[in-house]
Amino acid sequence: MDLHFGDSKPTDEERAAIDALLGPPESAWEGAADRTDADLRWARGGRAARERRDLLLPGLHAVNDRVGWISEGALDYLCRRLTVPPAEAYGVATFYSMFAVKPRPATVVHVCTDLACAARGSASVCASLAARLGPAGTPVAGGAVWEESPCLGLCERAPAALVVRAGVSPDESARPAFEDNPLEAGGSLTGRSGAGDQNGPGDSLLAALSGQEPEPRERQRATAVIAPATAEAIALAAAAPEAATPEPAAALAVPQAGQDGLILLRRVGVVDPENLDDYRANGGYEALRRAFKLGPAGVIREVTEAGLLGRGGAAFPTGRKWSATAAQPDHPHYLVCNADESEPGTFKDRVLMEGDPYSLIEAMTIAGYATGAHLGYLYLRGEYPRALRRLEHAISQARARGLLGPDVLGQGYAFDIEIRRGAGAYICGEETALFNSIEGYRGEPRSKPPFPVEKGLFGKPTAENNVETLVNVLPILTMGAQAYAAIGTEKSTGPKLFCVSGNVERPGIYELPFGATLGDLLDLAGKPARLRAVLLGGAAGGFVRPDELDIPLTFEGTREAGTTLGSGVVLALDDSVPLPRMLLRIAEFFRDESCGQCVPCRVGTVRQEEALHRIADRTGAAAAEDINLLREVGAAMKDASICGLGQTAWNAVESAIDRLGAYE
Amino acid sequence: MTAPAQPRPTSASVPVSLGLPRRLVEFTLDEQPVRVPEGSTILDACKAAGKDIPTLCQGDTLTPKNACRVCVVEVEGARTLAPACSRKAEPAMVVRTDTERARHSRKIVLELLASSVDLSTTPQVAGWLKEYEAKPDRFGPDAARLNESPKVDNDLYVRDYDKCILCYKCVDACGDQWQNTFAISVTGRGFDARIAVEHDGPLTESACVYCGNCIEVCPTGALSFKSEYDMRAAGTWDESAQTETTTVCAYCGVGCNLTLHVQDNEIVKVTSPHDNPVTHGNLCIKGRFGYQHVQNRD
Repeated sequence: MDLHFGDSKPTDEERAAIDALLGPPESAWEGAADRTDADLRWARGGRAARERRDLLLPGLHAVNDRVGWISEGALDYLCRRLTVPPAEAYGVATFYSMFAVKPRPATVVHVCTDLACAARGSASVCASLAARLGPAGTPVAGGAVWEESPCLGLCERAPAALVVRAGVSPDESARPAFEDNPLEAGGSLTGRSGAGDQNGPGDSLLAALSGQEPEPRERQRATAVIAPATAEAIALAAAAPEAATPEPAAALAVPQAGQDGLILLRRVGVVDPENLDDYRANGGYEALRRAFKLGPAGVIREVTEAGLLGRGGAAFPTGRKWSATAAQPDHPHYLVCNADESEPGTFKDRVLMEGDPYSLIEAMTIAGYATGAHLGYLYLRGEYPRALRRLEHAISQARARGLLGPDVLGQGYAFDIEIRRGAGAYICGEETALFNSIEGYRGEPRSKPPFPVEKGLFGKPTAENNVETLVNVLPILTMGAQAYAAIGTEKSTGPKLFCVSGNVERPGIYELPFGATLGDLLDLAGKPARLRAVLLGGAAGGFVRPDELDIPLTFEGTREAGTTLGSGVVLALDDSVPLPRMLLRIAEFFRDESCGQCVPCRVGTVRQEEALHRIADRTGAAAAEDINLLREVGAAMKDASICGLGQTAWNAVESAIDRLGAYE
Repeated sequence: MTAPAQPRPTSASVPVSLGLPRRLVEFTLDEQPVRVPEGSTILDACKAAGKDIPTLCQGDTLTPKNACRVCVVEVEGARTLAPACSRKAEPAMVVRTDTERARHSRKIVLELLASSVDLSTTPQVAGWLKEYEAKPDRFGPDAARLNESPKVDNDLYVRDYDKCILCYKCVDACGDQWQNTFAISVTGRGFDARIAVEHDGPLTESACVYCGNCIEVCPTGALSFKSEYDMRAAGTWDESAQTETTTVCAYCGVGCNLTLHVQDNEIVKVTSPHDNPVTHGNLCIKGRFGYQHVQNRD
């Protein structure tokens, strides 16, 4: 290929951000400022450089993290370094909602307006934020911009906001061990704003409130999670994210924390999530030892006999996926952990990763061992800053202690994990779109067949599992397949995590054995007095009525009831929530998140939203024609879309019409 | 890394090199047993059986992207419909091409497309809209449309994205399937996705080498010759009055076939036969656009 790079040059800042990731350029061929005599005699790059294309997404993050947006010069320089055509890189950069290719302020505030937050007053937060800072999308004094955002996965603390400020990364050594609740952090709050930063949080707060934006060179990267959010707290955090109130401990998202009998959540709130010794003292790495005793085939046999079904929504048998991957003659094999939890109403993976990160590292190691992979990719959604810090820390500790690396536990098995951050795209939770995203392409789903176990990441056999699925492997190995399979029902075995949010008294993550009813779960969480509807499975799931609370929460039980368990979302809505507005929000979500590849989804989601707008205040005969239109378009989306996004984009609306009589 | 997909002509008219004999796959197509060579798609089988399945994003010289979904058929046992253009025939598969479900999806897809983009220069689509009784107007006058104005920034091409159905054929032809120039890509996402060059700038500042292979594969006229665009604007474009003459390009020794489209004794555009083993329909800037000297009569 004969690539054409424009004349735009990166700024020093942008160049430094990219060089920090890729190292300095070796020659003028890949963008070094000075040309040497040697550059005239030979060219490097070619295939070796092209094979680093998977660094495109991390490269875009590097620039966006440092500067706040991606300029032509920065994009062209990154392309030169990686031998990626600029048109393709531009297509990738514009695919993700967290990146901008037009100048914008360094601080971006994402205010969640999705289902759980909408049910708990995000509209009034946005209204008062608009009164305080001006309309969404307009830069405010002090160098920030706020925008409405899809689900941030903070549903138990709704309404929620995430503040991201671009700047220089705090020095690695000065990075604080803990950035949240002092109780959980053992009181360590020193150095939160990073060493080398002469200004304390108070100073920068004053500076920010006086409307000055710090110079890029001294502006430190920071993120702040504000939940539950008020307009005032958001405005303060936008001015000084490093001084925002720390997040509460992950365990506070688990109302059952500390109870006996928990399996998946038993360590959340018990172990220090940043302490490997604590993890080991609480049963950590017992499962991996057992795995080494069993051998790869033995592990797959246990997982198969345990009857583990994938918890990401599709409920595919994990043992079958693993054995199909392990059996592929093509090598290398890859393991991918799908931690791109973006389904509105879902936050269980976040709580697991924040509260018990080592368990995921251990489970990925076991999965890699069983499927014959030596490299695991952990694809984490970009909106989870605390999970990212925890997992980065856990991986480096595991590596330092020989639990990852060339010789795991001295067993001669090499395995390592690389974290890849998403950048705001729900579709990247689709397994093949996720591969494209890691490989540096647009996060568009691939057609199946071929299936990932045959041709997955980089075209190689790949086992992809969701976080909760992987974490289930630990109890399977420690308690044995038989004991595990005895939990739950015959067809849905083991424990299950449910993300309960909306108008309940105690929102959070609940762990129950499969088979408990919806009513049991809502009783635990504090059922709203005037329950109007329950959304099961998130935006891609379906609504059920208050008189259907005896639905057993199993894969087969929900299927028999004509609904789905999906990713375990239980969003309870009382009669204060305007249902047509919720349906509009769901339609808006799918319209925003469609990748645009196939026509039924790209245009169908737009037509669905238009029809719902037309009938927002209508019922009966006045709505009948548009409901008919919705049905016809919905059927085509379900039948003819390439991937699950388009296929499920009409489910919730359909169930609201048919089960709840939304427009009668 | 994955090896780039090998461009393989799929049309029955393309001469096939004589390799090892391929095994035959036997399956049921619309209640009839059919046998096709291993690796054939359902669409290949349909064509061989004389069935007319509408296609828009499928290209005879490109690996199908199966993005438009107008060719969907019903495969027994599958939860969703399958795109005939890219689903390979498998032994014992039971395929139905004309079920109510498949026809419904095709109808809706045609309505969704026709309500959002200008299909006036898309061959055959008017007939399909009629056949499937598609009524694009029923989404109402406020239905979102692309509403793009044509991009005229050079003397050779016009990019009229109001007619673009995002079939990805131009991207594939410019990229690793043929030209390897990678000047165009899909940007943005969802309904806001568009075809664009880097930084969404003018073509003249992009990596484009003006081979015109994207025009060759564009199924809707979203990409067109400036000559055609100007004549259409002036109302003088008349395909029925055009003759097509295939000849050999005189610029170099490769021997590419050129098809000269001539109207009123003027060359109005140049294409290349897709079944030609040298070009497979592709040309370079000289073959595609360098014809003015032929009609310089001074």
